[in-house]
Amino acid sequence: MQTLTFKRGVHPPDGKELAKDQPIKVIMPKEGSELFYPMSQHIGAPCDPLVAVGDHVKVGQKIAESGAFMSSPIFASVSGEVVDIRPMLVPGGAMVKSIVVKNDGKMEEIEGLNEGKDYTTMTNDEILAAIKNAGVVGLGGAGFPTHVKLNPPKDTPIDHILINAAECEPYLTCDYRLMLEEPERIVRGLQIMLKLHPNAKGVIGIEDNKPEAIASMQKACEGIDNITVQPLTTKFPQGSEKHLIYAITKREVKSGALPASAGCIVDNVDTVVAIERAIEKGRPLMRRIVTVSGKGIKNPGNYKIRIGMTLRELVEEIGGFKEDDAPVKLIAGGPMMGPTLYTLDVASVKTTSGLLCFTKDEAYIPEERNCIRCGKCVDHCPMGLMPFMLNAFAIKGDGEGFVKHHGLDCIECGSCSYECPAKRQLAQSIRATKKIEAGKKAAAAAAAAKAKAEAEAKAKAEAENK
Amino acid sequence: MANFVVSGTPHVRSKESIQSIMRDVIIALVPATAAGIYYFGINALILVIAAIASAVAFEAICQKVMKKPVTVSDLSAVVTGLLLAMNLPAAAPIWVAIVGSAFAIIFGKQLFGGLGQNFINPALAGRAFLLASYPTEMTTWSVPNGLEVADAATYATPLAQLKAGYLDANLVDLMLGKCGGTIGETCAIALIIGGVYLLYKHVISWKIPVIYIATVAILFGVIGRHGMRMPLQEIMAGGVMLGGIFMATDYASSPVTPKGQIIFAVGAGVITYLIRTFGGYPEGVSYSILIMNCCVPLIERFTEPTIFGALPKTKEAK
Repeated sequence: MQTLTFKRGVHPPDGKELAKDQPIKVIMPKEGSELFYPMSQHIGAPCDPLVAVGDHVKVGQKIAESGAFMSSPIFASVSGEVVDIRPMLVPGGAMVKSIVVKNDGKMEEIEGLNEGKDYTTMTNDEILAAIKNAGVVGLGGAGFPTHVKLNPPKDTPIDHILINAAECEPYLTCDYRLMLEEPERIVRGLQIMLKLHPNAKGVIGIEDNKPEAIASMQKACEGIDNITVQPLTTKFPQGSEKHLIYAITKREVKSGALPASAGCIVDNVDTVVAIERAIEKGRPLMRRIVTVSGKGIKNPGNYKIRIGMTLRELVEEIGGFKEDDAPVKLIAGGPMMGPTLYTLDVASVKTTSGLLCFTKDEAYIPEERNCIRCGKCVDHCPMGLMPFMLNAFAIKGDGEGFVKHHGLDCIECGSCSYECPAKRQLAQSIRATKKIEAGKKAAAAAAAAKAKAEAEAKAKAEAENK
Repeated sequence: MANFVVSGTPHVRSKESIQSIMRDVIIALVPATAAGIYYFGINALILVIAAIASAVAFEAICQKVMKKPVTVSDLSAVVTGLLLAMNLPAAAPIWVAIVGSAFAIIFGKQLFGGLGQNFINPALAGRAFLLASYPTEMTTWSVPNGLEVADAATYATPLAQLKAGYLDANLVDLMLGKCGGTIGETCAIALIIGGVYLLYKHVISWKIPVIYIATVAILFGVIGRHGMRMPLQEIMAGGVMLGGIFMATDYASSPVTPKGQIIFAVGAGVITYLIRTFGGYPEGVSYSILIMNCCVPLIERFTEPTIFGALPKTKEAK
C-alpha cells in the first residue's frame, strides 16, 4: 500500500529499539506512597477539589471537577486518605495545586465502577457525557478535552476520524505496544467515535517503520467497512495533528483553525482506548502507558501506571537508573518536543507519555555558532516558515517582524534546530518569543473587548438616562 | 541526588555541523584542484597552499584583533582560500594569492560580521579586487601541460578566443581541462564530480548550479554571439562550472528561499551572457554572481515561501 506523508520534515534517529520489544508491564503504586493529582492536566479551565484533607477516597472516585465545558474532571487512581492539597511540580515545569492521596494499598473501588454499557444502545449525548465524566483528554500530549473535540460546531461536518498512531517522536513506543497488544480495543474505541459521526470514515495512520503494528491493526479491522489502516512515511513530525490530516486527506488546516474545520477529528491511540474503557468498562481515566527509555535507565520499557504516581516512584519500581552511567538529563515525553525535568519529584499526569533518561553522551548540547544561512531550517520546516529569520527577530526583540513572518504559526516541533548545522537554538528562541507575542495578542484582544463592553455599557446608561 | 540538566527542545541534533559542511566542500574541490596542479604544475600547488594558509591566518588575526572567538577550526577560511586560489592564473606571483586572501577575509567577510554575515562571496570579492588592481598578473595565462600551441607567449584562453569570434579548443579538451584559464576552472569533469558529491551530501541543492548553467547554455545556444552558437563550449570554458557549482551556491550570499534561488540563478546566467557578449572582459561569471549577491535581500523579501495552512490573501488594512 502506498505510504502518505506531508512536505518537508526531518528524519531523526528513532531510538525505539531500546523499548519496542518490551511488553506493557503494569506498575502499581506501593502502599503508603503519595499520589499527586494536579488540578490542571488538560487544556481549559482548571478543576476545583471535591474532597478535603482527611477525606477517604476510593479508586474511580471523582475528586476534582470544573463547571466549565472546556475542562475535564480528575479521578482518584488509588484508595486512601487525602493528606494535603498543595502545589506540586508537573512535567511542564509549573507548580499546580494538587490533591495528595496517601495510598492505603487496598485499591477499594467506588460502587458502580466497571458497569460498562453497550454503546449501540446509547444516544450520542449519553456517549459524550460518559466520555466527559470519565475525564478523557488527548493522551498524545496536548490534553485537549476529548468530549469537546468529539462535539464540534454543527456547521462543521466531520467526514474523517483519524487515529494518530504515527508515534513519530523518537524513543517512544507506548502506542506501538498498545497496537500490538490490544488492537481490538482501539478498533472498538474508534467505532464508538464513528457512532457519533456516522458519515465519517475512520483511518488509523501508522508510520511504516512499524510494520508489525500495521499488520496487527489491519487484522483487527478486518470485516469493518468504515475503518482502514493507512501506512505513513516515517518522518518527523508525522504525528502533528495538522500534518497527519494533510498526509491522509491532503487538506490544510488553516492558520489558527482547529482540525474540525478541515472535517477531521484526530485522536491518539491511547485516547481511543480510554474512550473504550470509559464506555464499555465504565472506568474513568486513571491509568496511562508511559515509555521509560534512554541509555541511563536499567530497564527501558513500556509501563502501565496509575496517573498521579510520582516519576520517582515509577523509576524506583522499575529498577532505577544505571549506576555506572547515570542520566544527566530527564525528559518528559519525546526528545524532539518533551520538556526537561530538573527532578524526579514530579507528578505523572494524563499527558505523560514518556520519561527519557539521557546519559552524558545523549544529553550533549553543542555550542551555538553563527547562522551560515544554509537554509536547511527553511527546507525542513513542516509549516513552511523561515526559522533562521524568526530566530533573528527573537534575538532582536522585534515582535512585529516575528508576527508578520508567521512566527505564531510555529508548531514548535524542533525540526529546524535538529537540522541546523550551526547548532542554533532556533525552536527555543521561537517558542519564547511566541509566548510573549501570543500574550500581547491576548492582552490586546482582552483590552479591546473590555473597551467595547465599557462603551456599550456607557451607551446603554446614556440611553436609559434620556 | 544531583540536579539534572535543563535545556530547550529538541534534545537530539543531527550530526551535520559547519565544519562537516566545509569539509565536504573541500573534498568536492579536490578533483578540480588536482586537475589544476596536473595541468599547470608546481606553481599552482604553491598558490593553493599560499592562499589557504594566508586566508586562515588573516581570519585568525582579524578575530583576535576584534576580540572575537577564533573559529578557524570551522574550516570556512580554508574554503575561502581554496576557492580564491581556484580563481587565480597559475602563473600569478605568490603575493597575489596573499593579498587576495587578505581582501577576501578582511573586507569580504570579517568586517561584515564573519561567517554567514557576508553579503557577497568573499573569494569572488578577492578575485574582483585582484582583477581590478593587478590586471597584468591576473590575466597572464600559462599553457596547460600536454597542449601544443604555436606560440606560448601569445596563447589565448578559450574565452579570449570566443570573445574574438573564433574557437581553436575542441570540446574534449575543454571538458578535461586541457585549455587555458585559472587553476580551478578549466576541468569541467572534475568540477561536475565535485558538484555531484555536494548534491549527494545534501550540502547544496540542484537549483542554483543547474539553473545557472542551463541559463547560460540556453542563451548562448539560442542567441549566441558573433554569429556562433556554442552552448556546450561556452559552459565548459571559463568559470561557469566553478562559479555555478561552488561560488553561486555560497550559503551566506545566495537566497535561502527555493523560488529566490531560481531567480538568483537565472539572473546570474543572464548577466554572465551579457558581460561575455557585450562587456569589456572576456569573462562575466564572477561579476554576475557578485551583482546577484547584492540583490539577495530584495529577492528573499519577495519570495518568502507560503506557509502551511496560509489564509487566503486579504488586502492589508491601512
